Amino acid sequence: MITFHDIFNLLPFVILAAAATLLLLTIGFLRHRLLTKALRGSALRPPGRVNPHMLSEVDKLFENFKIHFQIYIMAIVALVAAFLSIFLMLDEIPRQVTPLLVIDFYGLIFLGLILTAGLSVLLLSYGYLKIKNEPAEEYYALLLLAVLGGGIVVVSNHLVSFFLGLELINIALYGLIAYTRSNEKSLEAAFKYLILAAASDAFLLFGIALIYGETGSMQFSTMIATAQWTTMALAGMALIFVGIGFKLSLFPFQMWTPDVYEGAPAPITGFIATVSKAAVFAVLFRLLTSTETVADPRMVFLLSLMAIASMFFGNIAALFQTNVKRVLAYSSISHMGYVVIGLLAKESIAVTFYFIAYFAATLGAFGVITALSKSDRDADEISDYRGLAWRRPWLAAVFSIMLLSLAGIPVTAGFLAKFYLVTAGVGSSLWLLVTVLIINSVIGLFYYLRIMISMYSNDHGNESITSDSSLSTGIALAALMFLVISIGILPTPLLNILSLALTGR
Amino acid sequence: MILILLIVVPFLAGLLAWAFGKKASFARWISLVGLAIDTLLVAILWFGAGNSNDVWLRSVNFAWIPQFGISFHLALDGLGLVLIALSVFLGIISVAVSWTEIQDRVGFFHFNLLTVVAGIIGVFMALDLILFYFFWEIMLVPMYFLIAIWGHENRLYAAVKFFLFTQIGSLFMLFAMVGLAFIHYQSTGLFTFDYFKLLGTPLTPRISLLLALGFLGAFAVKLPIFLLHTWLPDAHTEAPTAGSVILAGLLLKTGAYGIIRFVLPLFPGASIDLAPVAMLFGVLGIIYGAAMAFAQTDLKRLVAYSSVSHLGFVLIGIFAFNELALQGTVLQMVAHGVSTGALFVLVGMIQERIHTRDMGQMGGFWGKAPVLAGFAMLFALASLGLPGTANFAGEFLILAGVYPVSVKTTAFAAAGLVFSAVYCLWMMYKVFFGPSSKETLPDLSLRELSIVFISAVVIIWIGVHPQPILNKTAAVMKNTQSNMAAAHHENTLETRFVLNKLIR
Repeated sequence: MITFHDIFNLLPFVILAAAATLLLLTIGFLRHRLLTKALRGSALRPPGRVNPHMLSEVDKLFENFKIHFQIYIMAIVALVAAFLSIFLMLDEIPRQVTPLLVIDFYGLIFLGLILTAGLSVLLLSYGYLKIKNEPAEEYYALLLLAVLGGGIVVVSNHLVSFFLGLELINIALYGLIAYTRSNEKSLEAAFKYLILAAASDAFLLFGIALIYGETGSMQFSTMIATAQWTTMALAGMALIFVGIGFKLSLFPFQMWTPDVYEGAPAPITGFIATVSKAAVFAVLFRLLTSTETVADPRMVFLLSLMAIASMFFGNIAALFQTNVKRVLAYSSISHMGYVVIGLLAKESIAVTFYFIAYFAATLGAFGVITALSKSDRDADEISDYRGLAWRRPWLAAVFSIMLLSLAGIPVTAGFLAKFYLVTAGVGSSLWLLVTVLIINSVIGLFYYLRIMISMYSNDHGNESITSDSSLSTGIALAALMFLVISIGILPTPLLNILSLALTGR
Repeated sequence: MILILLIVVPFLAGLLAWAFGKKASFARWISLVGLAIDTLLVAILWFGAGNSNDVWLRSVNFAWIPQFGISFHLALDGLGLVLIALSVFLGIISVAVSWTEIQDRVGFFHFNLLTVVAGIIGVFMALDLILFYFFWEIMLVPMYFLIAIWGHENRLYAAVKFFLFTQIGSLFMLFAMVGLAFIHYQSTGLFTFDYFKLLGTPLTPRISLLLALGFLGAFAVKLPIFLLHTWLPDAHTEAPTAGSVILAGLLLKTGAYGIIRFVLPLFPGASIDLAPVAMLFGVLGIIYGAAMAFAQTDLKRLVAYSSVSHLGFVLIGIFAFNELALQGTVLQMVAHGVSTGALFVLVGMIQERIHTRDMGQMGGFWGKAPVLAGFAMLFALASLGLPGTANFAGEFLILAGVYPVSVKTTAFAAAGLVFSAVYCLWMMYKVFFGPSSKETLPDLSLRELSIVFISAVVIIWIGVHPQPILNKTAAVMKNTQSNMAAAHHENTLETRFVLNKLIR
């Protein structure tokens, strides 16, 4: 059934999957070799006597042959190759590859976004993992798998491929969230995520089953047209919505967000906040627009309600947090509420543009948290940031710009993204939602400013939060800052690409 | 091109100051050099204008974000030129006054200072609504830093309050801008934020009123009008001296400028409907500001409240819609910028010497520092509107222009002038006369003397000979007046039409 040509069209996915496998094999092989080497070294010594130097000798061997860096480079190469392979596919789109996947501009743009975000997370993770002193190699394989899952979700055109991609993200994330095992919060977060994700998957699956039972189809384009909204199809759709709401942490399905954000390692939190949400949102957009469901008044009502509640809940709850990760968690809840406006206005460019701006700022913010983190804990209390501007001026500047972008202040990408949403909303006469967005932008300012104030306060605060960040972290942060400002000042090239890709004009 | 240079030069100077800020004197000098170049540019524009029949002296226009109909459109008219000249002047004063006051993070300080000035200059030239909003916000963040980092005891609270108040107002303005652009799009099919294209967009009275209120949301907070002024005393008091000078001298003017440039021409009908309310708030501001100023024990707060009072005059002057009053507002803005700026400078100098702003601990400074006291007297008298100072010229023109429109407003505003005499003289009495305090007070240094001396010259020169400034803005204000008169005619016709309908 699947031709060679189809496989060619799935090149980025093939590369990612192959790379993840290769990574695991390499780790296994190299670890084993090191182990034998170490054991042989010990075998040469006369038996019977416990050599106190022996154990440390073994440790040293491990130290010398650390494969962390090699694995890291392999993962980077894989992501870059996958990104470049997107360009090979541009000639033949849109193209349906098997009933499950559709390769079109829309999907490819989100795929590119996810790969870029994955690369940023990867760059940020290297220094972080070195500081944390954990065996780091499998982390990269898991990260590649999560990126692969995200990629599959955005090109899926069928509930089954959607579900499979989603599960791939989830399973990889269970491991990644718990990766800093020595930290209790990390384990707690992983468990919470496991249970809640499993529960939401159950809803999703049940919804899929109901839809399939009613319409006999799980393909987006055919399933709802034939359904005519019977009770069963409606129930199915509602259950699917529950599942999607969980992933997007839209109100009232947002409970897991702050805890998981707080417990997960900082770069992974960045990943959860960006890739896993954007992927699901992309598919929601495709599902609703390709089936014209988005115009259904009940759907509009439901989405508006969730959006308004998310905006208010996220922003108001964020006011009371003292932990930066939790602040960003709640702020991400409200940001998802904002994007729903773009969805209801059916403006794919506005949504994509918003996500690009949001990705850059969020990854940058978590990048700064990552760069400041120590071996025993992440730098996530607001008090850790006191006087940061005088200790680490560049990090403080990056963080300020990211926060200003999230708050939507001009000269940053965040402003234009929000501006685009407002324009889209006004253009579709979504007055209520736009008003709520504006009110919430004001509320949002409070807590973004609070973090900024503490960075510029004159007392010197926690001097110990000054760990040196690695080169790759620096590169990633510089690139993200450049992106935020350049899009904020000169968005025209990006807008041209987006409008060419998404509307053909 | 010269318009872009006006903005870019101070910004670049600020960047350099930040980059090489390790050496404090370099940061200070490069800032002065940047502003000196700007002074030169302003002089070229001022004297090179020649043909004054043309309202717009220079303009630059190219597409910026064509997808949203946003262009990089700068243009300069007489009003903008006068206010930009004021900005550059106060910018130089601010750098000079910070010479010894600011010792921490000097480079970053000057970066923020010059970025604010660059943003303000941009505000006075931007003729694309979104570009205007950009500059409007660019002056916000560095100002926030100026207060939050180099301010006095309660700086964080003041900085946040300032940021939130102005940002809330700005968001309403942004909303109104988008709304206006969409209404224009619906009637013409052209999505644009260009000022000239949006002029004369047909609006129903209700929509026009709503949009005008949106714009006023931002401008009224900045101006500030009575009830929206509460951020002002805090921000002015807690800011470092240079910050107070910029805040009082320039930031408040952007609000008045915004009303004259955007609200009146874009929504003439709504402005006429709003005029009585604006007059009321103006008068309330004049009297309330003066009363509050009198009640203060903190010297800086007193000067801050006097701004609320003075800007009330600007507000009533604008909403009188005639050339006389509008010309008066320009003079009043310049005069207030220079005289209040100088008062803040003097307060800063006193505070640098005795480390308090509490008037209870001051007294008898006349004997200790006669030069300082003499200049304080001059600026206090200017502030209360003594003939021969620029403030008198401004207030007189405003009152003369408002009189034919509303006698009551004029009467109350004139009464406000009496109050301002009370608090100004009270301040002089408490600080410079009266029982002598124990504090020692060295007199002005040469640098300080030159700052206040130049300000004094400007105040008196404009007070005696305001014509050059009036000439610059005459064309703009004449235009505004005739536009408003036309709109007034239309509005009355409409009202008559509605009335006729009702009677039948």
